[in-house]
Amino acid sequence: MATTTTSRIPEIVQRFEREILAEWTQLQGAAMGSRRDRARDDELMEQPRKFLRFFLMGMQGAGVSPDLRNPAWGEAREFLADLSRSRAMQGFTPSETASFVFSLKQPLFTRLRQELGRDPELLADEIWTATLLLDQLGLYTSEAFQKAREEVIRRQEKEMVELSTPVVELWDGILALPVIGTLDSARSQVVMENLLQKIVETKSSFAIIDITGVPTVDTLVAQHLLKTISAARLMGAECIISGIRPQIAQTIVHLGVELQGVVTKSTLADAFAIALARRSLTVTPVNHADGPPSR
Amino acid sequence: MERIPILEMGNCLLVTIQVDMHDRLAMTLQDDLTTRISETRARGVVIDISALEVVDSFIGRILGNIAGMARVLDAETVVVGMRPAVAITLVELGLALPGVRTALNVERGMDLIRGAIQGYEGRNGRPQR
Repeated sequence: MATTTTSRIPEIVQRFEREILAEWTQLQGAAMGSRRDRARDDELMEQPRKFLRFFLMGMQGAGVSPDLRNPAWGEAREFLADLSRSRAMQGFTPSETASFVFSLKQPLFTRLRQELGRDPELLADEIWTATLLLDQLGLYTSEAFQKAREEVIRRQEKEMVELSTPVVELWDGILALPVIGTLDSARSQVVMENLLQKIVETKSSFAIIDITGVPTVDTLVAQHLLKTISAARLMGAECIISGIRPQIAQTIVHLGVELQGVVTKSTLADAFAIALARRSLTVTPVNHADGPPSR
Repeated sequence: MERIPILEMGNCLLVTIQVDMHDRLAMTLQDDLTTRISETRARGVVIDISALEVVDSFIGRILGNIAGMARVLDAETVVVGMRPAVAITLVELGLALPGVRTALNVERGMDLIRGAIQGYEGRNGRPQR
């Protein structure tokens, strides 16, 4: 336990700044290994220098207390958060990111031993102080890394909701809505709005909702589907559900979901054929050998 | 007093709602429309709500009621041009208007109603005046 409130670490770090930096940078380069290309070289040089400065500021402001909430550590915290965020985006692993801080231990301890080697008690105290601090900083880095990753995941989730519900026009007046992934309340709202908007834009009287890509249908999903169908019907468009897999058909019946009045087909092609038939359209093969198609 | 005009087109009645529906107006429309159907012996009613931006449960119910009353008076009702937001609202309110025919616009609504009338007369017929 560090009994002293002042530490000789800042002084030693200041004195040997150049040596510590050189060793630390080298260690980091080795730790990164194959990832080296992902971080630019000037970044690799600049980041340790900056961090060491903030580290000194923190230690001079807050003393040996390893409580990072102290305002003196504000800049160091901010710097580490930025670093973690950028490394998370670049695809570093959490341990690679945290090792940025942990790899400072070796050069720092070497200098401490060299300076305080004659006083083992003081050396042990100082090493303990430095360890506590660097561990806190390393953990903070990991936490910030995690947060940055979660942000990325949240953003991707949002993008997925927006991207994954395209409404496509199969034919004049026939729309198809291939639903991929689970339909939750938020998504089904987006799906419904997209579909209804498209019905207005294209003046379509048929919409085929294809649920081949929906992994499971529970009562909630079925309710969302039925709501969409009712809303489309109110606007004057008929909906056909296609792509119901055998398991889903079983689930629907077991759950007692009523799909009354809704046309269901097993494949999108069948649904399309129904829609064409309702619009009095037929598909006929073209026979080039015989000239004009014979019917 | 404010009224919603009811236009006669052949054997159909066309109602275009261009103003915000409030409850009194909806009740008046219900009265006027049923009177006109029986007066003109209309076979179809097209209600265009493409300008309607806001609905509540009362208006939704009135639309359903009008369709039911018209059917009793031997006329088919088509509601046309419902906006997406209105459709979503009605579904969320649990008013999916099960007995009402719908179409995307007035033109398709008229086609639908003519088809329905012809089909009906082909089967049952009604003495021509």
